[in-house]
Amino acid sequence: MSSWGDEILNLMFILMGLLLAHTGVRALLDKTNPRRYTTAAFWLLLGFTFAFGEVVSYTLIGVIVIVLGALTLSKGVKVGTLEEGTQEEKDEGARRLGNWLFVPALALAGIAVAISTWAPFGDQSGTVSIGVASILALGIAWVLTKAKASTVAGQTDRLIQQVGPIGMLPQFLAMLGAVFTAAGVGEVVADAIATIVPDGNRFAGVLAYCAGMAIFTAVVGNAFAAFTVITTGIGVPFVFALGGDPIIAGALAMTAGFCGTLVTPMAANFNALPVALMQMKDNNGVIKTQAPIAAVMFVIHVLLMYYWAF
Amino acid sequence: MGPDWFVLIGVVVIVVGFMLKLDAIAVVIIAAMTTAFIAEVSFDDFLEFIGETWVSNRTVSFFILTLPMIALSERFGLKEQAVNLINRLKGMTTGRFLTLYTVIRQLCGIFGIRISGMVQFVRPIVQPMASAAAEEENLLTEPNDELIKAESATAENVGNFFGQNGFVAASGVLLIVGTLEGLGYTVEATDIAGASLPIIVIAAVVAAIHFNLLGRRLKRNAAPEGTESNEGSLQ
Repeated sequence: MSSWGDEILNLMFILMGLLLAHTGVRALLDKTNPRRYTTAAFWLLLGFTFAFGEVVSYTLIGVIVIVLGALTLSKGVKVGTLEEGTQEEKDEGARRLGNWLFVPALALAGIAVAISTWAPFGDQSGTVSIGVASILALGIAWVLTKAKASTVAGQTDRLIQQVGPIGMLPQFLAMLGAVFTAAGVGEVVADAIATIVPDGNRFAGVLAYCAGMAIFTAVVGNAFAAFTVITTGIGVPFVFALGGDPIIAGALAMTAGFCGTLVTPMAANFNALPVALMQMKDNNGVIKTQAPIAAVMFVIHVLLMYYWAF
Repeated sequence: MGPDWFVLIGVVVIVVGFMLKLDAIAVVIIAAMTTAFIAEVSFDDFLEFIGETWVSNRTVSFFILTLPMIALSERFGLKEQAVNLINRLKGMTTGRFLTLYTVIRQLCGIFGIRISGMVQFVRPIVQPMASAAAEEENLLTEPNDELIKAESATAENVGNFFGQNGFVAASGVLLIVGTLEGLGYTVEATDIAGASLPIIVIAAVVAAIHFNLLGRRLKRNAAPEGTESNEGSLQ
């Protein structure tokens, strides 16, 4: 049952590899791209890490990851000519299909939920649900639009190149988060905060627990990674031990960590991916609009934990 | 061995690199290398470690699989239809629309509907609708358009973060339960989800106020040109 899910998951990675390699080949053939060889190298190597990640040695993948960084650092990844589609074509499509155009996006969500609930692929169902749903939703979109295969290929390439290498930043940062965790950055942050918190002061304890979650989350970009470290290092001695309800304080600590997620470039899938997806000019644009909300929510977390958990 | 303050240098590299707007991917790799160097990890082990974590984190980039469907829908007028739809809803300002989306996103979270909203909804549907609502009021100057992009992502993140823990089987809830049980406390997932509800309601109120203020900010930004603010509008 679970190996069935693993097979499907592996198939998804191969499919991602093919999508990326397809963009690499198109970039190579695109003479309007000023850096077509390095651009093609980036997408092909990236595709390779997805399709063959489990087959080759991790050391080789590590080398490729560094090469990918060198390619973006040397501004080697450029966008050539993309298959944009004219405004007339888009307007015509909207007139012809109307609200049916929303069906594939909604079907994607619906199918993904159905798969993760119904779990036909065992333990991997949650993970593969988005992938399987994407394929089915693409099928629906294809049937609705009656598009030619070359249009589907051209459009896929367009969006992958528009999102660009920055769309891969979340995965690079997840990797860095693992390096930080392995190097013990979490313990250092927890220890640093623990040394400055006065013993036996409830408010100071609550403030340290919330701030520890927000700061450590901002550093590694992931509140889940922060929760265990900060709860053990700060939550237990400075909040729970003084009589704070672990259920209330624990639940609030997690969302206090999310306040840190709102303001960190480390949480790239939330704060940098939209910049890439919408081609925004300011890399920190999303963080700037979220900062006031994060500040207000943080203060509310501290007060709520102080008055409700005790 | 006690904690080593020098491991924080990798964090400094990230912060400085991102602030100086250097190539983000290269900065991440340099920060990882610096941290490994300070932790006295050999280069071979470092390569193997990043290779392994890269491969085990491939699911982070799963959104790539959704791109063909989104790209195809866009080519046949998804954004245009989203704009048509919002134009039919009279009185739907950018602020009200983003508040509505935040609450819908929270409800998705509470009912356990996991979606990658940025790719599926924000880029193709929410941001075009939010921009169209601003255009309806003649507020869509170039800086406002950029601001609306950021605020559309904000609505998604706030709705996603402060909604998901209302669901008993959310991964965050299960992590809290697992951690607390590991520390010797007795907890049920339903307790954690229940304790998350007040902050979900508070977040909705904060978002509503934030997006109400956004409406005023959009007007203020577009004001210097007065009634000619249309001039600078984007299509």
